[in-house]
Amino acid sequence: MPNRFQSYEVGDFFDEMFAGTGNPRDHYQTLFNRFGQLTDAEFQKRNALASQSFINQGITFTVYSDDKGTERIMPFDPIPRIIPQREWELVERGLIQRITALNLFLKDLYHDQHILKEKIIPAEVVQSAKNFRPELMGFDVPKDVYIHICGTDLIRDRDGNYLVLEDNGRCPSGVSYVLTNRQVMKRVFPGLFADHRVRSVDHYGPELLNLLRYVAPRNCPNPADPTVVLLTPGIYNSAYFEHSFLARTMGIEIVVGQDLVVKDDVVYMKTTKGLRRVDVIYRRLDDDFLDPLAFRKDSVLGVPGLFNAYRRGNVNLANAIGTGVADDKVMYYFVPAMIRFYLQQEPILANVPTHLTMFEKDRAYVLDHLHELVVKSANESGGYGMLMGPQASASEIEGFRKAILHDPRNYVAQPVVSLSRSPSCCNGSIEGRHIDLRPYILYGEKTTIIPGGLTRVALRKGSLVVNSSQGGGSKDTWVVDED
Amino acid sequence: MLSRVADSLYWLSRYIERAENNARILDVNIQLTLDSEHAGAAQERADWLPILATLEDLAQFDQQYDALNAATVCEHLTFSPANPNSILSCVAAARENARTVREYISSEMWERINSLYLWLNSDAARELYRDSAIDLYRQIVDHSHQFNGTTDATLTQVEGWNFLQVGKFLERADAASRIIDLKYHILLPHGEQVGGTVDNVQWQAVLKSCSGFEAYQKLYTGVVSPASVAEFLILHESFPRSILFCVDHLDAALHRISGSERTKFANPAERLSGRLLSDIHYATVADIFASGLHQWLDSLQLRLIEVGATMRSQFCTWQ
Repeated sequence: MPNRFQSYEVGDFFDEMFAGTGNPRDHYQTLFNRFGQLTDAEFQKRNALASQSFINQGITFTVYSDDKGTERIMPFDPIPRIIPQREWELVERGLIQRITALNLFLKDLYHDQHILKEKIIPAEVVQSAKNFRPELMGFDVPKDVYIHICGTDLIRDRDGNYLVLEDNGRCPSGVSYVLTNRQVMKRVFPGLFADHRVRSVDHYGPELLNLLRYVAPRNCPNPADPTVVLLTPGIYNSAYFEHSFLARTMGIEIVVGQDLVVKDDVVYMKTTKGLRRVDVIYRRLDDDFLDPLAFRKDSVLGVPGLFNAYRRGNVNLANAIGTGVADDKVMYYFVPAMIRFYLQQEPILANVPTHLTMFEKDRAYVLDHLHELVVKSANESGGYGMLMGPQASASEIEGFRKAILHDPRNYVAQPVVSLSRSPSCCNGSIEGRHIDLRPYILYGEKTTIIPGGLTRVALRKGSLVVNSSQGGGSKDTWVVDED
Repeated sequence: MLSRVADSLYWLSRYIERAENNARILDVNIQLTLDSEHAGAAQERADWLPILATLEDLAQFDQQYDALNAATVCEHLTFSPANPNSILSCVAAARENARTVREYISSEMWERINSLYLWLNSDAARELYRDSAIDLYRQIVDHSHQFNGTTDATLTQVEGWNFLQVGKFLERADAASRIIDLKYHILLPHGEQVGGTVDNVQWQAVLKSCSGFEAYQKLYTGVVSPASVAEFLILHESFPRSILFCVDHLDAALHRISGSERTKFANPAERLSGRLLSDIHYATVADIFASGLHQWLDSLQLRLIEVGATMRSQFCTWQ
């Protein structure tokens, strides 16, 4: 019987599974043999089983393009992505280094600003950053932790080098898919796990809870046993499943804004037995919506008075307020400099080469090369405010040229990085699709990264966009111990 | 537990129970009309009007449909998204509530509700409805039973479980009273002689819609009289769908929530449920018939509403 991967074409990309057409990498050899021998019918059957499992568990996100609020599952690709342990160790060290520097940076930024005084980062970059919160200058966050939970997006270039694409230090989502993908994979392909030593991801929930308990606020009445809750925007939020999943995994209450009330700068939740004090809030709500008295007045999702309770040290928030400044794409440019400045180390994981249009020399280069660069607006996410030079029309390019000249601080440009590809299941056949990797980093008493992370896959042929809103799916990600 | 969670659990089980009871009523009425010796549009209307009347859906129904017949009433009460009490709407509402308390209920409970919802929305359910609506209703009842069984087998029986019990038994007592009341609606336009053949067939139908036919037969050995049927459905101590049984369990769940003794009350909701329970305990079917069965049931429904509202203001709502 022919191997399923026989007709698979590697193409002119870095392929995760194959060193060349028909030549699987060592750490994929077992999978190549096992998967390659499944019949079409068998493969389709297991694939359908996996999809059904997601639907039954309600692991869905809601699409509001029609008035029915259709629920979809995030497409699941059954061919796992495998990362050898040795390769993972490097990524892990790089991520720990990066999250450490980012937290030191935020502490410095909201206190003495050494990094600005020494002109490592131009002061105007911070002052003009959209998510900088000057009202928190001088405020001490518990245990000096700003970014408790980080989801850093990594890509691999043509040579297989891991590069950091962005740091998500606000409310990174997607970790529930890591955990549920693994559960489904174990159900559908149990035999595969017997053949591989796949490192477990199940400790994410307990580790997250440890972290949240570790950062109890200064005035917590019972620091040994703080009350932790998860604050969600509600069931209509597209990530609600994840919020509920995480609360369940940790055994904590999931609350919406209306469940909380602030009295005398203390946060309480409304229970059947009266008010109960809340110490730590894992909030899945952006800064802007947290407190209508302090931030957006029209927010009905938040809790009036929460900000004052936070500033008084009566409650802690994870992540801290004001971490968005580190997500600014201009700030991203300076992360390698932060690592050198705070840790006196060379960055282990490189950035994607980036031009800042605020610098005159860079700007001239960018304006000359718009047709071959990716231009990003500093504070947009999810693929908005972006120019893909090679695919853009002349008028789009002109539009960005004007925008850059009008507000040079607000743009960065990068070369198009050809993301690595991985064999993926596309309408019954197996074809190469571009992928990225989002590991989830927990920064507390120690730094914990569950092995692997979320591999997102751009299921549309040729697409480099992995976002689930634009036809992206995901696959189980294995860190495999070979020795 | 969060007040909002308690409220969602209460509504979640009410909606599941409501879906089940609607399915029971429709199932039995279809069977009943199959036995009907008369035919024609007027008869069909007469057969189905009481269903709407007892569920107090008549006004809304008239706005949406031109004719009142088996097809329109069943559609209205089964699939209509515009009717908040249709089976589909109830299941959707139960699922919506379940979604907000997923971290509280067991995954198995969620999967029961979710699969019922997905199935009701599927072509398969529509097909079954066309082929044999009775089968569809039986399956809905089965789903509800599975949910209740799963709940009892997988959920820790602490506070949240008690709120589920409150919702379930409150809704079931209300539904039982409406099913019994249905008999009066059926009787009125016909003026059939009480105790006649048609009458007996219809009382049997009422028993069947409460899954009480077999239990009743064992107790009363085949003698079907309005008084004994009413006694069984209202005052039987151990039949799980009798009004007394439901109110007793409602009262017990409320007392477990507060931790107070059954003979005392710790909050206004318990006082109301306790008083209702003892009124039913000390009632005889003769008293009930003397005061007027319909009036008695009407007042029961109002008192149940009051228990529910008082319970919610005690535990679930904050101003």
